[in-house]
Amino acid sequence: MTALRFFVPQDTTACALGADDTALAVVTTAEARGLDIDLIRNGTRGLFWLEPLLEVETEGEGRIAFGPVMEHDIPAILDALNADVTTHPLYLGPTEDIAYLKNQQRLTFSRAGLGDPLCLENYQALGGFVGLQRALKMTPQGIVDEVKGSGLRGRGGAAFPAGIKWQTVLNTPGEKKYIVCNADEGDSGTFADRVLMEADPYQLIEGMIIAGLAVGATRGYIYLRSEYPKAHEMLKHAIKNAQQAGYLGQSVAGSDRSFELQVRLGGGAYICGEETSLLDSLEGKRGMVRAKPPLPAIEGLFGKPTVVNNVLTLAAISTILEKGADYYQGFGLGRSRGTLAFQLAGNIKRGGLIELAFGTTLRDVVQEYGNGSYSGRPIRAIQVGGPLGAYLPEAQWDTPLDYESFAAQNAMVGHGGIVVFDDTVDMGAQARFAMEFCAEESCGKCTPCRIGSVRGVEVIDRVLADDNRDKNLIVLHDLCDTMEFGSLCAMGGMTPFPVRSALQYFPEDFAADRVVSTNRGEQTC
Amino acid sequence: MNDSLEQKVNEIVDGLCLLEGALLPILHAVQAELGYVPSSAVPFLSRRLNLSRAEIHGVISFYHDFRTEPGGTHTVQICRAEACQSMGSRTLEAHAKLALGVDFGATTEDGLVTLEPVYCLGNCACAPSIRIDDHVHARVDSHRFDQLMSALDKTGDVK
Repeated sequence: MTALRFFVPQDTTACALGADDTALAVVTTAEARGLDIDLIRNGTRGLFWLEPLLEVETEGEGRIAFGPVMEHDIPAILDALNADVTTHPLYLGPTEDIAYLKNQQRLTFSRAGLGDPLCLENYQALGGFVGLQRALKMTPQGIVDEVKGSGLRGRGGAAFPAGIKWQTVLNTPGEKKYIVCNADEGDSGTFADRVLMEADPYQLIEGMIIAGLAVGATRGYIYLRSEYPKAHEMLKHAIKNAQQAGYLGQSVAGSDRSFELQVRLGGGAYICGEETSLLDSLEGKRGMVRAKPPLPAIEGLFGKPTVVNNVLTLAAISTILEKGADYYQGFGLGRSRGTLAFQLAGNIKRGGLIELAFGTTLRDVVQEYGNGSYSGRPIRAIQVGGPLGAYLPEAQWDTPLDYESFAAQNAMVGHGGIVVFDDTVDMGAQARFAMEFCAEESCGKCTPCRIGSVRGVEVIDRVLADDNRDKNLIVLHDLCDTMEFGSLCAMGGMTPFPVRSALQYFPEDFAADRVVSTNRGEQTC
Repeated sequence: MNDSLEQKVNEIVDGLCLLEGALLPILHAVQAELGYVPSSAVPFLSRRLNLSRAEIHGVISFYHDFRTEPGGTHTVQICRAEACQSMGSRTLEAHAKLALGVDFGATTEDGLVTLEPVYCLGNCACAPSIRIDDHVHARVDSHRFDQLMSALDKTGDVK
């Protein structure tokens, strides 16, 4: 009889919920019973409400799942495997048939959770490096044309067409060029970059090598936030394995092209997710925002032509080169092509990663996938696109999730983070926090952001204290205009979005007679 | 900087100074080795890297990660960002400060814990989140926080 195979994820969230203890219990319980088993620490499937998710490979049904599985559940699950598993209360059926997963359109995350993230053979067996092999036979212009044809836009938030950026770097002469991956995923409510790096790191590495081939760059850096220690370990190992297997180094996959890759840690500064500030930080300086022009594509890292792309943008390149531009272009809506990894977070019953073609509505994602609030109370506001994104009331939840539709509502899809708040939220406090966060994280280079955010906190405090309320509201709107139109980058320029949306859609929370629910700010879990 | 400290920093610089943009990797390595970046290391790094003391001080003070005083045995970070707020992190933050008797940026009297704010740990689907050294913990309410704190020991990690 062959050994029974068990899977328990090694992902940050799975481990934060006890996956290490679950994995240990699988091993010790099996040992005590004299069972011959294999335990694989896979990446997460992204179904965080079911973590720690235990999967078992069976002969009849393929992989079946149980979740959430704590260490004390293991003996009973092992018993059930010898009897009728379907009667076990944590039994979820075949993993691939779980509706949350089955209804997704997984391209970038198609491999996530299938196996050991660091197993190169596994990556190759699942289509890994097919795109790279194809790119090696193409001209640089041919690769750039393929990316342009896919309609891929930057997944970091700004949604700039990736192919156009690459064309600029290709067209700019230079002996030395760089590929920089922006892995400084600082937006609250987002974790898709982290999941990809922890579950399928070779896909990012492959995308970066292809980018290097396309624009003539021979060195790449992954700028990773220091808040992601597990992703850091994973990337370091993956890079080492890819070097040993000959995908990185002097001769990429036996060709005459070279590409070197390093991972660098940030220093806990949100602003370094802004591309020019990230470049200054990579150069060993304070992460100060640069004025544009010159574009990083022309004068980027150390003044050299540089591609700066988000983790998911670079990962999508592997799929585009593997399956072709038309395949990728076939997903999506209008000018938003392909898929976006939505991240359902905050006060939500079924939080997790949901990769879908553009065009679904917020209501569908939150209700059908999320299944309502975690607290069971009515949902009052949803913040989309991170701390610089608007707070949306129920009337806005039918807007299709694509870049243009959201921009038309003075909101943004950004990096796809969706943070749900129930009716205990105090929108006055949320607006104040937006300004407070900007004051804390501003790089300080431009006045509207550096000073405006500090004044913003003070003015909101006066409004909430009913001190000259009407006049202070005028000052607040004026301040928001100054920040929006006068700031150097999106940090100061978009901090007004959450503030204005809170004022516009939830005016009662700023009213003179505002009633802050006794539940507000109270523990909901 | 005393001789043994200088020797340690020297070795770190020797190993990393050829990297492009070496200052951040060097500062991270110094902090990993010593637990903080001593102010006496600044003039030394300035000479070795051919940067002004102001430039190095500027970098150290810009990033939240670098501390210039020794911290506690453990670093406890509480996420203050929106996803955690929606699940009650403001209450958790207040509780943590009260329970440990310190504000953000300070170390408990027994030297066990340095408390810090953090803006997102990427664990937003299972908030509120805290990080203890290199481990993230999910769904941490006040009760769970107390459990985690009482499991901290003077040398090792939490269970």
